[in-house]
Amino acid sequence: MKLSKAQYDEIAQFLAQVQPTRQSLRQLKDKFPSQSQSTLLSIFSQEYQKQVKRTHAKHHTAEAVETYYQRYLNGVMKNAAAPVLLELANEVDFAPSLMARIVLERFLQEQEHAVPSKTLINSMLRDPSQIPDGVLANQVYQCTVNDCCYGPLVDCIKHFINNSSCSLCIAEDQLRAKGYDKTPDFILEVPVAVEGHIIHWIESKASFGDESSHQAYLQDQFWSYWNRFGPGLVIYWYGFIEELDCHRERGILLKDCFPTDIVTLRHSMAQH
Amino acid sequence: MASLHARTQTSLSGITEKSLALFTFDIVAENHVHEKLVSLSLLQKDFVPFLLNFLREQTSQILTNGPSTPAKTPNSKAHGNQRTGSEKRAGHTSGSSSSRVQLFSERTSVTPCTTDTSFSPAAASSGSSSFSGSSLSSPCSDLPGAACGGSPGFGHSPVLGQGERRSSQRSSLGSFLAAAPEAAPPPRRGRRRGGSSVGAAGRHLARDLGRSLPEEEDGKGESPASWSAGRRKRSEVPLVPAASPPSQLNLNNLEEFPPMGAASGWTNKSKPSRRINPTPVSAERPLSKPKMCFTSTPVSQAPAARFPSGTSLEAFTAIQEGNIASVVGSSLQEEREMLKKERCKLLHQASSPSGLSLDPGTPTKPSYARSASLPAESLPVTCANPAKVSCKKQLECLAQLYSSCIAENLVPNIFLELFFVLQLLTSKGSSAEDEESDLEVNETSEDASRKQHFRNVHNCVYFAVQVLDYQYEIISRLEKGTLKLLAENERIASFSPTLHERLRQAYESSTAKVSLLLPCSVQSVSFQPETDNRSNFPTDRAFHIFKKQRDIFYELLREWEDNHEKTGWDFERVLGNKIRAMMAHLSATCNHSHFARLFQKQLIQMCKGPIGGGTSWGDTPDQDVLNMLGPDNLSRLKRLQERFVVPQSIGGPCPPPSFTGCQQFFRDFILSAGSYQFNQHLVDSLCLKILELDGLTLIEHVHSDGEADMDEQDEKKRFTVVLLSLRLLAKFLGFLVFLPYRSMEQPTRDLLESAVALRNKTQPALDVLKLLRQSIRDRRAVLTIPWIVEFLSLVDHIAPFLDYYRKVFCLLLQVYRLMVLSEEKEMSFLNKLLILAVLGWLFQVPSVPEELFFSTDVRKEGLVTDTVTSPRALDSVPLVDQQLLYTCCPYLGELRKLLASFVAGSGTKNGGFIRKITPTAAESLAPKPSATQRKLQAELEQAFFHNQPPSLRRTVEFVAERVGSNCVKHIKATLVAELVQRAEVMLQDRVKEVDANHDKLLEEACAQLYEEGAQALIRGREFCKKKGPEAVRVLLPEETSAAVLNSAEDIAVELATEKACGWLSANIAALIKREVKATFNRMLKVPGPPQPSEDAQELRRACPPGCQHRAPLPSQVINEIKDVLCVAVGPRDEGEVIDYDWLESLLGRLRQTLRCRKFMCPTSEQQLAKCTVELASLLVSGGVPLRRSPASPGRSAERRRAPGGLVARLLSLWKEDFGAPVPVRLLLSGRNVAYAARAQRPQWDLFLFMLRGLVEHDLMGINEIVNCLHNLKELPWPSDFLKELEGLSGAFVSEHGAAAAPPAARSEPPRPVPGALAAQS
Repeated sequence: MKLSKAQYDEIAQFLAQVQPTRQSLRQLKDKFPSQSQSTLLSIFSQEYQKQVKRTHAKHHTAEAVETYYQRYLNGVMKNAAAPVLLELANEVDFAPSLMARIVLERFLQEQEHAVPSKTLINSMLRDPSQIPDGVLANQVYQCTVNDCCYGPLVDCIKHFINNSSCSLCIAEDQLRAKGYDKTPDFILEVPVAVEGHIIHWIESKASFGDESSHQAYLQDQFWSYWNRFGPGLVIYWYGFIEELDCHRERGILLKDCFPTDIVTLRHSMAQH
Repeated sequence: MASLHARTQTSLSGITEKSLALFTFDIVAENHVHEKLVSLSLLQKDFVPFLLNFLREQTSQILTNGPSTPAKTPNSKAHGNQRTGSEKRAGHTSGSSSSRVQLFSERTSVTPCTTDTSFSPAAASSGSSSFSGSSLSSPCSDLPGAACGGSPGFGHSPVLGQGERRSSQRSSLGSFLAAAPEAAPPPRRGRRRGGSSVGAAGRHLARDLGRSLPEEEDGKGESPASWSAGRRKRSEVPLVPAASPPSQLNLNNLEEFPPMGAASGWTNKSKPSRRINPTPVSAERPLSKPKMCFTSTPVSQAPAARFPSGTSLEAFTAIQEGNIASVVGSSLQEEREMLKKERCKLLHQASSPSGLSLDPGTPTKPSYARSASLPAESLPVTCANPAKVSCKKQLECLAQLYSSCIAENLVPNIFLELFFVLQLLTSKGSSAEDEESDLEVNETSEDASRKQHFRNVHNCVYFAVQVLDYQYEIISRLEKGTLKLLAENERIASFSPTLHERLRQAYESSTAKVSLLLPCSVQSVSFQPETDNRSNFPTDRAFHIFKKQRDIFYELLREWEDNHEKTGWDFERVLGNKIRAMMAHLSATCNHSHFARLFQKQLIQMCKGPIGGGTSWGDTPDQDVLNMLGPDNLSRLKRLQERFVVPQSIGGPCPPPSFTGCQQFFRDFILSAGSYQFNQHLVDSLCLKILELDGLTLIEHVHSDGEADMDEQDEKKRFTVVLLSLRLLAKFLGFLVFLPYRSMEQPTRDLLESAVALRNKTQPALDVLKLLRQSIRDRRAVLTIPWIVEFLSLVDHIAPFLDYYRKVFCLLLQVYRLMVLSEEKEMSFLNKLLILAVLGWLFQVPSVPEELFFSTDVRKEGLVTDTVTSPRALDSVPLVDQQLLYTCCPYLGELRKLLASFVAGSGTKNGGFIRKITPTAAESLAPKPSATQRKLQAELEQAFFHNQPPSLRRTVEFVAERVGSNCVKHIKATLVAELVQRAEVMLQDRVKEVDANHDKLLEEACAQLYEEGAQALIRGREFCKKKGPEAVRVLLPEETSAAVLNSAEDIAVELATEKACGWLSANIAALIKREVKATFNRMLKVPGPPQPSEDAQELRRACPPGCQHRAPLPSQVINEIKDVLCVAVGPRDEGEVIDYDWLESLLGRLRQTLRCRKFMCPTSEQQLAKCTVELASLLVSGGVPLRRSPASPGRSAERRRAPGGLVARLLSLWKEDFGAPVPVRLLLSGRNVAYAARAQRPQWDLFLFMLRGLVEHDLMGINEIVNCLHNLKELPWPSDFLKELEGLSGAFVSEHGAAAAPPAARSEPPRPVPGALAAQS
């Protein structure tokens, strides 16, 4: 899904005022029915991430953490089945998964009298049944499953998206083993042509290609790949602002899906 | 000789000219040149420049077409020098130097005397004196009005074509030759030579001249020193002219040799002196385009800031002799300096008004006008008429003489002369031109001396056509477009129908199409682990920094690419600091060698093509236009572009060396970086690469008969690539090597001397002299000379005077002189033409001293003659074709532009009358894919090799070459043999019955076989398809991945097939015929039975069977599952439900997704599995608000069990489709069971159903489940829930208690728990 800059701006403006929940997403869909859900989701996610980056610190002050934890405790005392944590997150305008993490961390700290390791927390977030407290486990799970921007499920989805590739590729780990200094997700040992442009590598981005992220990627990654391997393809699975696709001639091609118009050496995979 | 003399006496200037020419040639033609005579050869040196000047001046009025003078003519330059010099001199020149000038001026002016004496056999044989230019001229200096002073012919008569001024000296060969009779006693001259066979003899002798020069001169045993040798010798000669007053020159006599500009009447005297300036060519070219072009010399060198060659003479000769010559040298030097300064000023004033006319009598500053003048559109083209030609005889003589000079490489640049001739051919006439009515004018000697032989278009064209006729050999090798224009030229047609016809034929048979090459897109240098990975760096930091540097480098490159053509964009201002910052990092981490390698590779990658390496003679197509048109129209655009030869862009045949296209980036980078370390590393790197390429064996083997063609194509291609790369590298090497010595200001004499003394002590970075000698010895000059020329074209002003480079230049000059154009065994014509073209260009390069050509003593560097006798020396292989020639020498295209602009200007015959003949294309092998597809495939192929190690490409190409070659052999041995056998049978019968026409029989038999011959292609393809992959597989590393291997095989097969079938389709018929004929001739012999060729093998499938990878993407599926979980876990909106059918189909899609393993990875799959477990828990606890489909009303019972259906699906997914372990234990974890606890109506039957399923699907053991259930009961549940849980547990155990043992027992531990459980229940 390619969006014009103007379309994108409109969406971003709308998103500035909403919470990263299923409900918000539904509103978004209703408001922009012509856009695909995944694109909206990705834009949502990115916009929200930008917001979180801005406000992250404020939610992590000792004072804030303490306040959240107390409110959680009070909430579940009243009604353990109510979505206490989720509502708290929405109320203070913070991502549910991150709120869950804060509270979980605080909870473990209290239990173990020590700062819990990151690995442990991550593991518990992935599998809440490991959380010693059943109520908290449910609250945490509710948060992570309802968060459409953060959390283990979202990470998993992104990973899957990034993993979509083809058999001609050398995977990144292999490339690193060979000693490359910068490596795209995939290198095509045998280059192919996509829409008439030759590509040597594919970089998969499980995100929407907005201006700021694309510029950053160009600088840190795409041009570096070009410098080493020649022209390549970037797939923004959740779409991108079409004005950004301006380096085709020079060798950076943007797509929002896996290309169908692929010409391979000597034979064509997708006939037209 | 007598008759010649007699004819001279008739005072026909033409004859005189001829005799002079013959004389010149004579001197060197004889094998045993008398010692005394040898010095006469010096005269020859002066003669050629004189002739050239003469022609330029004579024609200057008429030439209106194209750019200004096609010539850096010795005359014009010399003239300019002198004049400026004279102005300046007044103030501060030493007397001696002025006398030198005077000396020459006098000499020139009094050439009549020269003629006289030199033609005298007495003088030659008497031994009393030998003549040199100076000696000859001296006597005449005393003759007051001889020919110089007041003679209009010698006066400043500036000739203005398009406001440009040609040499203002209207010296006329004819004029002073014609004057000779008066001064010279007839009898003496006559003896010199018989006149009857003058022309032929002259030409013949001229040919010998070039060859005999070295030997002859070697014999003299003189210690030859420098380019000033000529002068020196001259001065050594006793200044005693035989036929003139025996007055010794007193150079210090200010009356005889007044300082320039000092004495009254000086101007007049001085002007002619320039004429015979023996160091004529190249210096200033005040009027010629090239000079103007030099404003764009690489290092922003001021156009006039050239080092004057005069100084060189001085430097080298003064030490040894300290006599006239040296002094003269210095004086000229000063003059030149002045002149240059003047020029510089003038140039900075942009341009002087065109059409400026100069007072002939006054020494004015030379005027400058844009030399790239448009053809005078306003001028009506005078219709050239053969009937109106005057003084034909003289013109013919001149043409012959001139042609001989060209043919013998006596002119510094052949193509410059051809350009000039074409200018004459296309001259439009001047408005001032009168209809010449004096065809029958009685040419008295007086008249002749002033005679303007080229005063009208008719004469010019006549002369030009004559010369072209003589030069047909060269002309016919020009590219096809030029030939076409020549063949269509009406003037040639009307002046010489024979030549016209020859040209037409040449055009029609020419295959020398030169096409514009499209620019290749900028590519990066691929990262090669062998050289680029961490192990190649001393520290992590160095590795890391180089990583950044690579990125910065390309960032700079992209920025340059985007912006450099924008106005106001300045490389140094924008990129300078970035580059230097990067360089500082390089220095800090000693990464220079890595970066130099990257830099060099990128240089080759971007510039090796003719475009990057300098625009070829068309302009590069604009990329935007190309994009707009799309690739299909590219070829059409190309053709169109080739036809558009814009007159404005005529730049003359001697553009200065410059960096074009992408080369600019690299040049500016080097300059901005200003890093000594980097430059040194780059020099090292360039030298290494040059040596590597120069030493490549390009011709590998002697070919057997048939395949020669085939391999030659490959060789040509290889040669072209190597040559172009070498030239590029050498150019940059030259740039770097001479960079430190470049100067805006020309060094003063003192500086030069000391610089030479200093630099003579250092070693050259690359021993080009050795390489040059080697290449001549090994007969590889065609590869080596072109790049050495590129290298030398960037010399600074001092370098040519260094001992070392002097030797190089001498050797090159010698090569040039000896390389007479003709088709011969040792070297193919076009190979020679390339060498001559580049050398000719080099001699015109500004920093190459002007004396070089005419005064260099070619004896100095004896050519090594004991060449290695290799049957296939590079020089003897026809490697150069017109495409390569024009790529290396884009300025040759100027000839065509000139002709085209004439057609455009003349307004007639625009279309040309030669119809395009499109040869019927040979049958193509396969249905040709569209141009776009082919282009894309070719690009893909390039791209494929790009990131692979270079050895892969070499292997593939090698395999292709060998397999292709073997294929042909195989076809010969099989199919052809088979056919021949058939023919034998056919013929055998008929031979007997008829005693008739054998030829006809043969023809008939062959005709029948030709069709069968088409089989060859099929079999050839089969052969390649079979053998190619085998070979590739054997040769590539075992570890090569399958995809790469397949592609490599495919490409090898394709290339081999192309090669073999290309050759076969072109030659199979001839081959069959030859074989059949041979067999026919020895009818008795029976060839062996043909071997059946192999079957076509089965197609290799690129894709593994089955999966189309069309399954729903896992990300999509997991996203949807997440949505379900969301709704189930809540909070949910009022009435929010999940459609049963949809959920069912989601699970179906999940199955598909899981079956296509393409996008799966273990961690993600685990996460997915966990989600499904969660989903199952929610389902069995009734946590999922399912909406039963309102449709299908009759199946209520079934629908009631619906969640069970979903659970069943999940179970089978877990069992059959998940690759990763599914955490089914979580189903019985406290947290998940709590879903049921929270549900209003936990569906225990469903739960039980699931537990059963787990057992049935072997997902969990009975004991494991029982164990879990037991643990669950330990948790703090509400009491009624605990009861239900116990009920469930009991039900499960009772169901499975008996069945537990047999099937599931295999891997289970002893079970204490079931017993406990049973006891409880």
